[in-house]
Amino acid sequence: MPTGRALALAAVLIGAGALPMLLGDYRTFQLTLALVYAIAILGLNILTGYNGQVSLGHGAFYALGAYTAAIMITQGGVAYYWTLPVAGAVGFGAGFLFGFPALRLQGLYLALATFALAVATPQILKSSHLAAWTGGVQGIVILKPDPPAGLPLSADQWLYYVTLAVLAVLLIGAWNLLRGRSGRALEAIRDNPIAAAAMGIDLALYKTLTFGISAAYTSIAGALGAIVIQFVAPDSFTVFLSITLLVGLVVGGLASIPGAIFGGLFVELVPNLAEQISKAAPWAIYGAFLIAFMYVMPYGVWGLMRSLFQRLRRKSPATSRLRQVPAPAKNGRSKPWEPSDH
Amino acid sequence: MGAVRSLMAAWVFIGGLALLGGAASGAQYGPGVTDTLIKIGNTNPYSGPASAYGAIGRAIAAYFAKVNDEGGINGRKIDFISLDDGYSPPRTVEQIRKLVEQDQVLLIFQSLGTPTNTAVHQYLNAKEVPQLFVATGASKWGQPKKFPWTMGWQPNYQSEAKIYARYILKNKPDGKIGILYQNDDYGKDYLQGFKAGLGDQAAKMIVAEQSYEVTDPTIDSQIISLKNSGADVFFDITTPKFAAQAIRKAADIGWKPLHFLNNVSNSVGSVLTPAGLDKSKGLITSLYEKDPTDPQWQDSPEYLAWINWMDKYNPDADKTDQFNVYAYNAAMTLVQVLKQCGDDLTRANVMHEAANLKDFELPMLLPGVVINTSPSDFYPIESMQLAKFDGEKWVLFGDVIDASKAK
Repeated sequence: MPTGRALALAAVLIGAGALPMLLGDYRTFQLTLALVYAIAILGLNILTGYNGQVSLGHGAFYALGAYTAAIMITQGGVAYYWTLPVAGAVGFGAGFLFGFPALRLQGLYLALATFALAVATPQILKSSHLAAWTGGVQGIVILKPDPPAGLPLSADQWLYYVTLAVLAVLLIGAWNLLRGRSGRALEAIRDNPIAAAAMGIDLALYKTLTFGISAAYTSIAGALGAIVIQFVAPDSFTVFLSITLLVGLVVGGLASIPGAIFGGLFVELVPNLAEQISKAAPWAIYGAFLIAFMYVMPYGVWGLMRSLFQRLRRKSPATSRLRQVPAPAKNGRSKPWEPSDH
Repeated sequence: MGAVRSLMAAWVFIGGLALLGGAASGAQYGPGVTDTLIKIGNTNPYSGPASAYGAIGRAIAAYFAKVNDEGGINGRKIDFISLDDGYSPPRTVEQIRKLVEQDQVLLIFQSLGTPTNTAVHQYLNAKEVPQLFVATGASKWGQPKKFPWTMGWQPNYQSEAKIYARYILKNKPDGKIGILYQNDDYGKDYLQGFKAGLGDQAAKMIVAEQSYEVTDPTIDSQIISLKNSGADVFFDITTPKFAAQAIRKAADIGWKPLHFLNNVSNSVGSVLTPAGLDKSKGLITSLYEKDPTDPQWQDSPEYLAWINWMDKYNPDADKTDQFNVYAYNAAMTLVQVLKQCGDDLTRANVMHEAANLKDFELPMLLPGVVINTSPSDFYPIESMQLAKFDGEKWVLFGDVIDASKAK
């Protein structure tokens, strides 16, 4: 089994590495954006999927990262790659601090508080007090970084690989964080906070740290997004961005790490696909896609893929002995496509 | 496939440039041009907060349909590819890159919005793709030295604001001015031009400034504050949806200032009608195009040609909507540029001819308003005339003012 998984992983990595060589610069740029969204969605997933804190305001942390990078590059003359750890640190700080008031709010109330953050973001960015740094309504134009000399890559291809590498590091980080003790603690808090506290889990510490880490991921995505788009402006970070991230989260699969990638691909590519199908009502088509996804894959893309894998595994003779174990699915409560860690 | 095609297109383009130096013979094509076709790209907010402007994109497509039915330009049909960007800058970057890199358009024409065009300003100039006749009046689109591939079209906001300032100084020198503006490039451009126009009187005469965000649902509270400031002159720098709200709210709370409405929102169909025509009475704006609801034009051959085109090619659109006149004029300007290009349809020559329009008249511009460009003048239209709304239509008064000289 581990060899199968390693082979699959290697195939995915080779495929992801080869894509920009097969596609043109524009498609590569689109994929890069999808990866950027995947990072942001991964951050949101840590918070909402694993820890059960619903955020409608992650666009604010995305904007924070984007502006951190833009200001550092244009005013500080800093190389673009240094902006990523700084954006992560700034995002962590902001998220950690926001985590404290969030402790007092549950479910929909927290969603509303974070929604307020998202609504306020464009106006705060336009504020004349910050205009010296943010460029006010004009925004900030960034020059696209060149690939290192000697590499036969276009600027778009180079940024794709940078983004892919960052995504890989952050995926491994999330996996390490979530598979062990701390991951179980986060899910325990989500599923039953009282029981979790009784088990000795420090709710306040875990919840605020989770908020910080989640915001750090999303801020790094924002910084990458700013570098890829080469422009930040308040109108780029409206409420719709936060909603988009939430859509990507649910479509990809709640509480699943690889789901973030599918979420990123969905929010980047489906609006374009919808526009190709109908120029007159692209958002209606988008809505139809969304509803169809929710019906066909109620546990997200990754949930569906998991259940398919499991079915295949059950059919293969090597694992047929598993059938002798009485399946809990018999009681009609749990569904075969439900992810085991959900 | 796409890569091979783009490589070939690039070679054709380079070949075209090389030929320019030597004895040019025969047709020279940039990307997106063949013997039978010219590909033109555009972005418009068909969805989102500024979707009222989508009418412009649809009308431009309708005008090119007419041009194509009549045989095209020098035998080439126009393939107009217009994409939705929802007025969101990152989306504009994506769509413009798609148009340039995937669809291989010759040029970008009339893409709409100030923040959206800003997001691709550098990209298009670095790629040397014409960003022609952008649909925004910001003053920054006319910098031929810094951005030789970008050109505006409509009178720029600063010049227009100066015309109002001059009128106020002359006719209401003791006025107390309240200003409402959209908090972005566009709003601040107007504000700056207006203050420059008032000169040293600005600090004394302006008693209140209010702003709003394009994402705000209403501007009711701003209008109430302006009324309470005691202002008796109102400079209304708002986009269509908010302009309609401002006119209605001012009337509803009984505030009757001398109300100057920026040209951006003076459409009778999409702004004044929803606001209430009776409530719009007495508004002052400035015009450079013929108002389709004004009876004084309605027997002229120019108007009849326009209305015939509307009936045949854009039948679902609102015939009182100024945007349909705007799009008609703008599309005609591009057609003229492409005609002047002849068979030399390279990107460089498109910019050369765009900067070579001399006293060019359009049927639906006001008499006396002409288009002039030169390698150092990237502001095609610079003349306007003031007009007052009489409850049914805009009534012109005074002379055509050349805004470039109203300093």
